Amino acid sequence: MIKGRAWKLGDDITTDHIIPGRLKYKVRTLEEMKKYVFHDVIPEFSERVRKGDVIIAGKNFGYGSSREHAARLLKLVGVGAVVAKSFARIFYRNSINVGLPAVEADIEAEDKDNVEIDLENGIVRNMTREIEVNFPPYPDLIMAIIREGGIESYYKRWGKFPWE
Amino acid sequence: MGMTLTEKILSKKVGREVHPGEYIAMDVDLVYAHDGTAPLAIDVLKELGIDRVRNPSRIKFIIDHAAPAPHVEAAALHIQMREFASSNGIEIFDVGNGISHQVLPEKGLVKPGMVILGADSHTVTLGAFGSFATGVGSTDAAIAMAKGKTWLRIPESIAIKVDGRLRDCVMAKDVILEIIGYMKSDGANYIAMEFLGSTVEGMSIDSRMVLSNMSVEMGAKVGLVPADKKTLDWLKRRTSKPLKELRPDENADYQIVHEFKAEDIKPNLSLPSNVDRVKPVEDLEGAKVNEVFIGSCSGGRLEDFMQALRILRGNKVSQGVRCIAAPASREVYMKMLERGLAKDLAEAGCVIGPPTCGPCIGAHMGVLGPNEIALSTSTRNFVGRMGDPTSKVYLASPLTAAATAVRGQITDPGRFLL
Ligand code: SF4
Repeated sequence: MIKGRAWKLGDDITTDHIIPGRLKYKVRTLEEMKKYVFHDVIPEFSERVRKGDVIIAGKNFGYGSSREHAARLLKLVGVGAVVAKSFARIFYRNSINVGLPAVEADIEAEDKDNVEIDLENGIVRNMTREIEVNFPPYPDLIMAIIREGGIESYYKRWGKFPWE
Repeated sequence: MGMTLTEKILSKKVGREVHPGEYIAMDVDLVYAHDGTAPLAIDVLKELGIDRVRNPSRIKFIIDHAAPAPHVEAAALHIQMREFASSNGIEIFDVGNGISHQVLPEKGLVKPGMVILGADSHTVTLGAFGSFATGVGSTDAAIAMAKGKTWLRIPESIAIKVDGRLRDCVMAKDVILEIIGYMKSDGANYIAMEFLGSTVEGMSIDSRMVLSNMSVEMGAKVGLVPADKKTLDWLKRRTSKPLKELRPDENADYQIVHEFKAEDIKPNLSLPSNVDRVKPVEDLEGAKVNEVFIGSCSGGRLEDFMQALRILRGNKVSQGVRCIAAPASREVYMKMLERGLAKDLAEAGCVIGPPTCGPCIGAHMGVLGPNEIALSTSTRNFVGRMGDPTSKVYLASPLTAAATAVRGQITDPGRFLL
C-alpha cells in the first residue's frame, strides 16, 4: 500500500517541468540533479516532498523528452506514485522500468490531502475527502516489474527479463 | 482487411500477422543513444552486470546535445561514452557530426522496414523513411543493447491524409503545426501515425522528416511515411544495401483517417509554452523577439536554410535581434558551404553555429535570458526549454523565422514572398 500526501498538478506536465534539460547537463549524477526536480514550477520540491507522497496530475503526464532521469528522480526524491488522468507513452514505460508506479485514474485531490493506493486491487483513495476510485490493475508482466521495484531488480533476482 | 504500414513492418519482424493490442517481443535492427541518454544506459548495463553488448554493429552513439562540451560536466559524460564505445566496438559519431536523427539516415544506416529504438523522443523522425522508429528511455535502450530485443504493444494506426498544393510561403512545419493544433498534445498517445496523401507524396525527404519528427508532440509511438521511389533514391546515394518500397495496403484498417487540405494551411506558430497552442502567424504579427533560431532536428536541414535565404538574402537581421543558424549535420553544413549558403547567411547577419542540438535544449550557444523571447524552428517550447524559466519560445517554419529575423518582430513570410 502506498500512502502519502498529495501534490496537485495540472495537464501536460512535461519532462522539462520535472527536470529541465538545460540544468540536467550542468551536473553529472542523479544525486546532484535532485535539487532541480520541478525547478521551474515548484520551489524546493526535493526538500519539501516526503517519502511516499503522491503526485496527482491531469492528462498527458510526462509529455516530451525521453529522459528517463525524470522518472528516476521522482522516485529518488521519495515520490511514491504518480496518479494522472493519462500518461505520455515514453514516461509511462520509463516509470515502470524504474519501479515508480504510474496509475491512470481520475481522482479529485488538493495539495496535502492524504492519499492511499492499492496497486494489487486497483484502488486509489483520497482519505481526506473520502473518495475512492478504481483503476484496472497492471497486467501481470508489469505488476511483476513493479513488485520487484523496477526492471533492474527484476533482472538481478531472476536472471532474465520478464518477456524472455 | 488490409494492413497499415505499422502492421506490415511488425508482422514481418515477428514472422506472423500481428494485431493492435498484442504484446510482442521482437528483434531490434538499430539502437542509438546520445550524450543526454547514453551515459545512463551505460550505468544501467553496469548495474545489471552486463559487460558486453549483444551486437555492437547494431548500436550507435552520437554526441550531439551538449556538443562541443560547454562545461566539464558534459565533457565528462562524453568521455564516458567514448570509453564505453571503444571497449565495446560501438561506432560513435563524435562532436561535429550532427544530430542523431539527421546523421543516421545520412550515413545510410536506416532503411524502410527496420525496427529502430533511439533513446530520444524524436527518434520518430526516422519514420520518414518507412522504418518503425520509436523513442525509449535509457533502460529500454540498454536492454535492447544487451539482448538485441525489445517488447512492445502493437499500436492502433491512424492516418493523416494531406492533399493538394501548399501555398508558396507554407512549409512542412506549418503543416505539422496545423495537425498538432487539431490533434492536441495527447491526440495520438500510444498510436502509430501514418502520413499519406498527395501533399506528402510531393514533399522532399527533408520535409517528410519534419512531419515524422513532430508526430511525437501528439504522443505518437511512430510517425511513418510510406517509402517510395523518392525515399529509395535518397537512400541509394548513401548505402549499397538492397532497398524496397513499402506502403500500406489500399484497404488498410486505420482506426481513423484525418483529412487536411493543403490549400487551407497558413504559416503557423506554436505559442508558448505548449506545442499544441497553434495559431496562424498573421494573428500574432508585431510581437517583438530577441532571438531567432534556425536549426535542430526539426528545422536545420538544407531545405530549411534555402527557404530562409529566400527572405534573408539581400536583407539584414534586424538590430537588437540575434539570428542563430545551426545545421543539423556535417553533411548539411558541407552543402551550405559548397553552395554559398553559409556566406549568404553570415552576410545577412546570422551567427552560424556548429551542427548541434545546442539552443534547442537550452544547453548552450544561444541560451535565453530572463524574459527574453525567441522564435525557433525547433521542436518544443516548454517552460525554460531554451533558457531562463521566464523566457518564451514560439515555434515556426524557417520562412517565418527569416521574416521575423529581418523585421525584429513576428512576421508572416507572405509579406516577403507574395
Ligand atoms: S535538436 Fe532538439 S529536439 Fe532534436 S534531438 Fe536535439 S534536443 Fe532533441
